[in-house]
Amino acid sequence: MKAQMNIRSLVNRDNNIVQLLVMTVLIFAVMTALSPDKFLRYYNFESITYIFPELGLLSIAMMIAMLTGGIDLSVVGVANLSGILAGVLFHKMAGAAGIADTGILTVLLGGVIALGTGLVAGTVNGLLITRMGITPILATLGTGQVFTGLAIVLTGGPAIVGFPTAWAFLGNGKILGLATPFVLFAAIAALIAFMLTRTALGINLMLIGTNPKAALFAGLKRERMVLYSYMLTGVLASVAGIILSGRTNAAKSDYGNSYLLQAVLIAVLGGTNPAGGRGTVLGITIAVVALMLLSSGFQILRFSNHLIDFIWGAFLLLVIVINAYKNRTR
Amino acid sequence: MALLRRSETVIAGILLLAMVLIGTINPAFWQLDNLFSLMRSNVIIGIMALGVLLVLISGGIDVSFPAFAVAAMYLTIKGMLALGYNGVVLPLLAATLMGLLLGAVNGFFVYKFRMIPLIVTLGTSAMVRGFLLGVVGTSMININKMPTALIDFARTDVISVTKADGTTYGLTAMVLIYLGLAVAMHLVLRYTMIGRSAYALGGDPEAARRAGFDLRKTIFFIYCVAGALAGFAGLLHSGMIWLANPRDFVGLELDVIAAVVLGGASIFGGRGSVLGTMLGVFMLVMVKNSLIIMKVDTTWQLVAVGLIVIVATALSAWRDRRRMA
Repeated sequence: MKAQMNIRSLVNRDNNIVQLLVMTVLIFAVMTALSPDKFLRYYNFESITYIFPELGLLSIAMMIAMLTGGIDLSVVGVANLSGILAGVLFHKMAGAAGIADTGILTVLLGGVIALGTGLVAGTVNGLLITRMGITPILATLGTGQVFTGLAIVLTGGPAIVGFPTAWAFLGNGKILGLATPFVLFAAIAALIAFMLTRTALGINLMLIGTNPKAALFAGLKRERMVLYSYMLTGVLASVAGIILSGRTNAAKSDYGNSYLLQAVLIAVLGGTNPAGGRGTVLGITIAVVALMLLSSGFQILRFSNHLIDFIWGAFLLLVIVINAYKNRTR
Repeated sequence: MALLRRSETVIAGILLLAMVLIGTINPAFWQLDNLFSLMRSNVIIGIMALGVLLVLISGGIDVSFPAFAVAAMYLTIKGMLALGYNGVVLPLLAATLMGLLLGAVNGFFVYKFRMIPLIVTLGTSAMVRGFLLGVVGTSMININKMPTALIDFARTDVISVTKADGTTYGLTAMVLIYLGLAVAMHLVLRYTMIGRSAYALGGDPEAARRAGFDLRKTIFFIYCVAGALAGFAGLLHSGMIWLANPRDFVGLELDVIAAVVLGGASIFGGRGSVLGTMLGVFMLVMVKNSLIIMKVDTTWQLVAVGLIVIVATALSAWRDRRRMA
């Protein structure tokens, strides 16, 4: 009875979520039909729980930037720079025992540096957008290059390989039988969902995105709220960078290049309005799972990565078309 | 006085200052062959920048043109090899047309679905690159297979100088093509209704619509021209470097956008000039080139370009907000 009520309220609140769920089930069914023996293996789903969190976090970050009608094109740069800075620290501090046995304090320091990188990067973005008045697209396009550029300067190009065991645990360990990245993602997503729907910051951001002028007249501190949103975006990107470097045991300036397109795609697919004012963590989560199922299906069907990029692009345009028609009937 | 207040004058001043500075640090900068090679590097970025200028004036943004350029280039050359055709004019027309059609797709989505141009062009860019590499091929076409007519055409020099040691160097005639296109773009922006409508759209879309501009025509024109220029520049580029690489032009969008913003085009739309853009392109190419001459490690290039974007957009934002206030 209660569950039924919940489902009904969910439908009433946002039928976008239901459409996303239907789409996910459809993708699941089609991929199962095309390749049942390979797609339905436990290993396949387990590996998805390791891979999707980093993309999911980047997509949530993108969604937060979009809430105020902005965008953050520097997320991938921030993620890589965070991982690389931590990696540089570990290599500098590595004792005779080798990097794998780096002490827990050093690992914590690395975490602080990585998250701090995200915070600083997000603050820079936020200040450029609010204080200098640069449009978010160009501001983050520029800073994204600077972050990627600094990553290249630090590494000279090749990847930094080798991270402490404790760090790697964040990327490919297990907590209670579940992938650590998955647990981290669930915790962070819940936290962000709470922030967006239950705290002043989230509600302010929605209002600013819906109608900037009205928000200004209502006395909302627009500049400060937008700045906070980009700081949050930066920190989320650095968490993605930590997970990515932990999972692959390496950090490189050009990892996850195609993540930018995918993060935008997932944000839009998840029901975020790029013009601002609308977006949910739940929508993003379902969208990222749907795309991951699709992507692993394509990989099983032996599509090349280039073709998958083509499909992502086409999917993005398709979502634009569908959203346009949906809004028309409203 | 009016001349002094124009942003082109300011940019030209900064450019001269930078040239003097770089020339003092390394006198090799002023050698004729360095200047010629600088101008040569302006051509491709410059032609693309003319298209991006148009897009920025209209208040949009385009990140798909490098993908269009590489697709038009690679497909045309593949086609030429398949047909055994060796020429210049027809292939250039074909590449331009390909770019134009791809640009029309951008225009269609931007106009019809009122979607943010950045998101549309991110999508088309991924589609075109994915298609090119996933379906057409990933292998480079090297000098031994490149159509000779294209290479000979791109090798034409306007001025040719013989050094004391007998080697010759020259100023490529492609500079003339760039100048011709720039003049044409200047005339279109200045004196035609469609050019003025791009400014109107960038200034205020709603006002432009009420003033009676046909925004559908304007938007299609803008994105088609941007695509066409990219396609043309793409094929010309492969002729100039004697190579057709299907992975070429990655990250070029940032250089070109940086150059256009550096040239005084407003990031809010509605402002920008061809002369300013050409100066901006020259400045960007010069800075990148001079980092090498000044023995700055090449790994710093991305940082430099990123900083240029930030500083140029910050200045543009500061100037335009003061004007609006």
